Amino acid sequence: MSSILTIKDLSLSVGSEILLDRVSFDIQHGEIFALVGESGSGKSLTSLAIMRLLPEVIVVRSGEIHLKERALFNLPESQMQKVRGKSIAMIFQEPMSALNPVMTVGSQVAEVIKLHLGLKKEQIKEKVLSLFREVALKDPEERYHWYPHQLSGGQKQRVMIAIALACEPDLLIADEPTTALDVTIQAQVLGLLKKICKQRDLSILFITHDMAVVSEMADRVAVMKKGEIVEQAACKDFFTHPRHAYSQRLLADARSTKAYNKEKVSDPLIEVEALKVHFPIKKGFFQRTTGYVKAVDDVTFSIAKGKTLALVGESGSGKSTIGKAILSLLDETEGQVRFEKQNLVGLDKKALSPYRRKIQVVFQDPFSALNPRMTIADIIREGMISLDAGPKSRREQDQYIEALLLKVDLEAAHMHRYPHEFSGGQRQRIGIARALAVEPELIICDEPTSALDVSVRTQVLDLLTRLQKESGVSYLFITHDLSIIPMIADEVAVMKEGKIVEQGLVEDVMEDPQHPYTQKLLASAPKLMHKEREDDNTI
Amino acid sequence: MKLVLLWTDMLVWSLMIVLLLWSWVISRSPQMKKQWHTIFRSSIAMASSTVLLFYLLFTLLDSVHLRLALPLEVQKSQEVVYESEMVSLLDLIFEHNIQNTERTYSAPFATVEYASSIMVDEIGMTKQVHLPLKHVSTKDNFVKESLFAFGVGLILSLSLVVLHIWWRERSRFMLACKETWQGESDLPWRTAYVTFIFLVMAFTWLYMLSYSYHVLGTDKVGGDVLYQSFKSIRTGVLIGILTTLIMLPVAVILGVSAGLFGGWVDDVIQYLYTTLSSIPGVLLIAAGVLSMQVMMDNNPTWFETTLERSDLRLLFLILILGITSWTGLCRLLRAETLKISQMEFVTAAKAFGVSKFTIIRRHIVPNLMHIILISVVLDFSGLVLAEAVLSYVGVGVDPTMHSWGNMINQARLEMARDPMVWWSLFSAFVFMFILVLAANLFSDRIQTVLDPRNKV
Repeated sequence: MSSILTIKDLSLSVGSEILLDRVSFDIQHGEIFALVGESGSGKSLTSLAIMRLLPEVIVVRSGEIHLKERALFNLPESQMQKVRGKSIAMIFQEPMSALNPVMTVGSQVAEVIKLHLGLKKEQIKEKVLSLFREVALKDPEERYHWYPHQLSGGQKQRVMIAIALACEPDLLIADEPTTALDVTIQAQVLGLLKKICKQRDLSILFITHDMAVVSEMADRVAVMKKGEIVEQAACKDFFTHPRHAYSQRLLADARSTKAYNKEKVSDPLIEVEALKVHFPIKKGFFQRTTGYVKAVDDVTFSIAKGKTLALVGESGSGKSTIGKAILSLLDETEGQVRFEKQNLVGLDKKALSPYRRKIQVVFQDPFSALNPRMTIADIIREGMISLDAGPKSRREQDQYIEALLLKVDLEAAHMHRYPHEFSGGQRQRIGIARALAVEPELIICDEPTSALDVSVRTQVLDLLTRLQKESGVSYLFITHDLSIIPMIADEVAVMKEGKIVEQGLVEDVMEDPQHPYTQKLLASAPKLMHKEREDDNTI
Repeated sequence: MKLVLLWTDMLVWSLMIVLLLWSWVISRSPQMKKQWHTIFRSSIAMASSTVLLFYLLFTLLDSVHLRLALPLEVQKSQEVVYESEMVSLLDLIFEHNIQNTERTYSAPFATVEYASSIMVDEIGMTKQVHLPLKHVSTKDNFVKESLFAFGVGLILSLSLVVLHIWWRERSRFMLACKETWQGESDLPWRTAYVTFIFLVMAFTWLYMLSYSYHVLGTDKVGGDVLYQSFKSIRTGVLIGILTTLIMLPVAVILGVSAGLFGGWVDDVIQYLYTTLSSIPGVLLIAAGVLSMQVMMDNNPTWFETTLERSDLRLLFLILILGITSWTGLCRLLRAETLKISQMEFVTAAKAFGVSKFTIIRRHIVPNLMHIILISVVLDFSGLVLAEAVLSYVGVGVDPTMHSWGNMINQARLEMARDPMVWWSLFSAFVFMFILVLAANLFSDRIQTVLDPRNKV
């Protein structure tokens, strides 16, 4: 086998700060090479360096990149333009922003072919259609004339792949190509990439932070940490015997599970019965209601004290709407939400107030969940004042907030800072502290970890588990990520199109799914290699 | 002597109090303090804000109105009788210019009238001569006097600068002077001081020479153009600032409620501003001003002095301008509120049962501040120009009021003369240009710093 791409001692820097430190690897003909690491580790920078698309402030300190014997750093820009697109193609995380919204997808693919191959008009169209067929886009003749907004996320990513393949490149760089997609679509796209790699004998540089995806896809793996490659190994060896401490931790974080709690369930804290949220569709001048969107349709479940129910489903399945309905934030709620035997649906503002204290929420996006213009202390204090919880005098409140911050592993000195001074994981802890401030009995966690890196994710999940043990709080854990369910949940409910299709203990559902949709979800989720019960050691 | 408060004076001074309060609020919040610090780190911002402060100073000087008591011998009884016209502090400073009116046009620094008149001399011959001006002293040497004026300006401004440095850095005065001189201070004070010295020197030169000359010439009835230009500052700045002040609460309240409450509230507000913005602004303003004019003509007893009358007309113009110009900002704020109210921190506040009003006050308005501030400074220069346009069209401020618009309006005829009378237009243009340029440069900087998409 000959190597397609060789990178030798590549170092990049901005000013005195070193971004990449002597990165070396090579990619063989027809292999999938995975570059794994957390955000900020330098994965994407490496790929930009290969394309020579680095921002001007970044300086190449040393090193060289060879694409099949050609030294890329020595090529003139005009030659390099031919290399981009023709020899190396790229697909991105966000297919929405990578496609031009005012051109039909067919003509976008055709444009690339015309630019690089110089075929005749009919030949081009024939070629586009064959590419669409190759990436398994349904009805290619019809889709040719569609605009990007008419396609779903998965279909857009297929079009992106078609564009990338159009000029028969030697190397395909896939930068987190499936992170924005649902599990089932992710599985399809990954399968497609794998198939194309085999059929075309194509090399793929696969950049991701998801260990499970790596273990499904890659032939060889390189782990990056802070601009350095800490370990490089064949995929099989890597997942059985990771050598570097950092890789071991990454794998452990990705695998850790909660010991299933088998003790019999105590009293239900909250019971949701026949919950319906139908949003009216209004049309015309007088806003007549012409129909309903059934976001949540007849859902029933309950959560016991000190337990966690995970609500799983793909985007648009109505998970978050249930969370909002329980928080009594939606006027369109019907059915019953009984919290300690009291139905919350239809209560007025005053009657609701004591229950607002008991049900709190933690959000997905750590960047929009905190008001950028308020200090951390003010953010946490807001709920205490509004709901009349905790100590009353200002000094006692400050002490209380300090204690809370320490509880979620932050420092007391952070009180007077503003949200923008914190990292994603820290912000999520602040969000948790804000919810805890009013001593709730139920916390609705709306995808609290999906914007975080693997190791940070594990820390946040550990924190949630610890808090549950200490204070006996219950969680409704909304997520689309099946892999974290065993780490946190006691029970799981699977949602599809506003309905719960299956629910039960985590063990039962994950090991022996009954409903075909659950089976499909579980089958699509990428799995880590050699995942055995024995190595379920929690770290 | 008694102090008189005109309507617009009251607004100006209350605005000053608000500004002071606001800077106190800024100095208390570390985040805002840091933002403003970043704004002033640019030397352009420093220079332009110095210019703006200069204009503000003249506005304030011109916003203290007095009615002087008549001299004792004129008074018939024991009761104090006041003069029928009121004067401002600025009028007192330029008193010589008000009194020294000429017969008609004269060019800047001229010693004779601009137009020649027919004279009959001793032997009965008629000839055309340029009559000498009444209030111009030709004895002094022009260059010597200029140099003296510059010297006074330099000494005055330098001592003020030194005082300011001392006030800023009392403990390490010498070091601070050195840092400022070498341009190493934290903020570009050197630029500010240079601009300040330049402005003070220019002013003293114009002012001291105005005792012996008509520095910028005289207009048709012999009034001093320099004095008119300085008087016009107040009109321009007032229209710029007060209009925004009137428009702001309307735009913020309507924009935020449209974005936050949605439903029929949103519909009503949207219809309102769509309708309003589809009527040409000049038409609305003309209709408003003309009906006001009719009302004032029918009730001449409302006003003791002509100044009060023109002041009310100015106030009314400001009101009308405010009513017609809130739509743009309102539209922006509605869109931004829609975005913010979907953010998770607002949902979190709702989950805490925080009231709608508190959500607006604590979560929405602070996050709109950058848009509000940016549009306020941008609108300012637009409104100063709008005054000029409206006065030109004839629906602006009262014709007796000094304003750049009125000066330009007069210049329409002067430009058609031969030889051309250019100095009125020129002075109005330069004074207005400097103000608008400074405001634009300053708003540019504010926009760059406060817009969260730009990382400075």
